[in-house]
Amino acid sequence: MDIPRNWRLREQRYRLQGTRCTACGECHFPPRHVCPRCKGRALEPYRFAGRGTVYSYTVIYQAPEGFEQYVPYVVALVDLEEGVRVTAQLTDVDPEEVTIGMPVEMVLRKLGEEGERGLILYGYKFRPRIEGSAGGGP
Amino acid sequence: MSVMKPVREVGIVGYGAYIPRYRLAAEEISRLWRGGQDAGALPVKEKSVPGPDEDTVTMAVEAAQNALRRANVPPEAIRAVWVGSESHPYAVKPTGTLVAQALGIAPATLAADLEFACKAGSEAVQAAVALVGSGMADYALAVGMDTAQGRPGDALEYTAAAGGAAYVIGPADEAVAVLEGSYSYVTDTPDFFRRAHQHYPEHANRFTGEPAYFHHIVNAARGLMEALGLTPEDFAGAVFHQPNVKFPRKVARELGFSPDQIRAGLLVGEVGNTYAGSSLLGFSALLDEARPGDRLLLVSFGSGAGSDAMSFVVTERIEAARDRAPRTRAYVARRAPVDYATYARWRRKFTV
Ligand SMILES: [Zn+2]
Repeated sequence: MDIPRNWRLREQRYRLQGTRCTACGECHFPPRHVCPRCKGRALEPYRFAGRGTVYSYTVIYQAPEGFEQYVPYVVALVDLEEGVRVTAQLTDVDPEEVTIGMPVEMVLRKLGEEGERGLILYGYKFRPRIEGSAGGGP
Repeated sequence: MSVMKPVREVGIVGYGAYIPRYRLAAEEISRLWRGGQDAGALPVKEKSVPGPDEDTVTMAVEAAQNALRRANVPPEAIRAVWVGSESHPYAVKPTGTLVAQALGIAPATLAADLEFACKAGSEAVQAAVALVGSGMADYALAVGMDTAQGRPGDALEYTAAAGGAAYVIGPADEAVAVLEGSYSYVTDTPDFFRRAHQHYPEHANRFTGEPAYFHHIVNAARGLMEALGLTPEDFAGAVFHQPNVKFPRKVARELGFSPDQIRAGLLVGEVGNTYAGSSLLGFSALLDEARPGDRLLLVSFGSGAGSDAMSFVVTERIEAARDRAPRTRAYVARRAPVDYATYARWRRKFTV
């Protein structure tokens, strides 16, 4: 991925920032330009609280280039409290510990590195909720 | 010398810790490199190890998020993000801007990285105190965080750990702990260093004790207590930089503090030496257990060398703030052991 594209995605990646329709209140992630529900175009940035549950998941053993470091890892569909489903890596969890419906919270982690000399990419992942946490990422 | 204190009263309005989930037992390192021969004299029980997707940026973001929740101020109100570490992910590109962006503090803020071995975190706190104390800003964020590395088989490998804490410094009337004053003490002492482009630091073995750790901590702590007219009995708790279990216990005794006064903040046996995070992390555990009216002492130490000593008095606001984020001991208790092979793979100690 190129530097401008990564840079443009930073609010979305670092903060789980999507959009909310000012007409019907629906939240979207990734962000939209047109509300898929009411076709409204008056959308505002919306930061998701970062709390959700695991809807489904799969364990990755054969990772694409740049992700070899994390194998084996879990990719999950996470249902956010706001009613949006996102795909994300789970972290701080062994694959055999993951269950459907498990409460998770967003954290900022390294997504990968563009080689030894390139950018370090950061973005949201989800982990099991920890004791005393208000839940959700930054 | 007199105490250092800003013209405007300031304090800690929010604090937060972070420790990674993984632990490597000192016995496991001993088994691999020493055939278990030093098993009776290990400097810690185990140390924290960052996951493969963690670094100083991600750990600083979580600790700072916890500090912001306890401070209960909007991120845009923070006017400086200063991160002290000796493991910034980039050689050139600040950790501070990434942390500021991820937390919603950017763009109307200062941001910079500080370096002073293990003292970089308390140096960031001092800078935040000065900024808020001068009236230039109402809130500033100071972080001490590290993912420390020791050369495989070296004595430092037993203790070099990952973790730290973040502090939101703000006006005294909003503080959970008000700053009474500080006293800093530095000299040119070559006890520990790392040249550019080297992966691992060099250290001068026994030289790291008396002329470095003990000399600077004792002088900073005594300087502060003298200037404030205080004695060890005036403090409910104290934290001294924690490179191993032995040093902070010994320096506490030398200064006249009891084992009970340092108990709550002494985490090194279970998490290792978190370098720039060490004293700030211990202090967060002390705040977790503090009561209104308690006076608390924080003394950092960084090789090269120097110490910052600070005295705080806890306010009744601690009670409400405490439960807005995970306690430091909750992060200590969240642990998953890893073996040396996993640790070596994650920390890239193999060259392939
Ligand atoms: Zn709509």
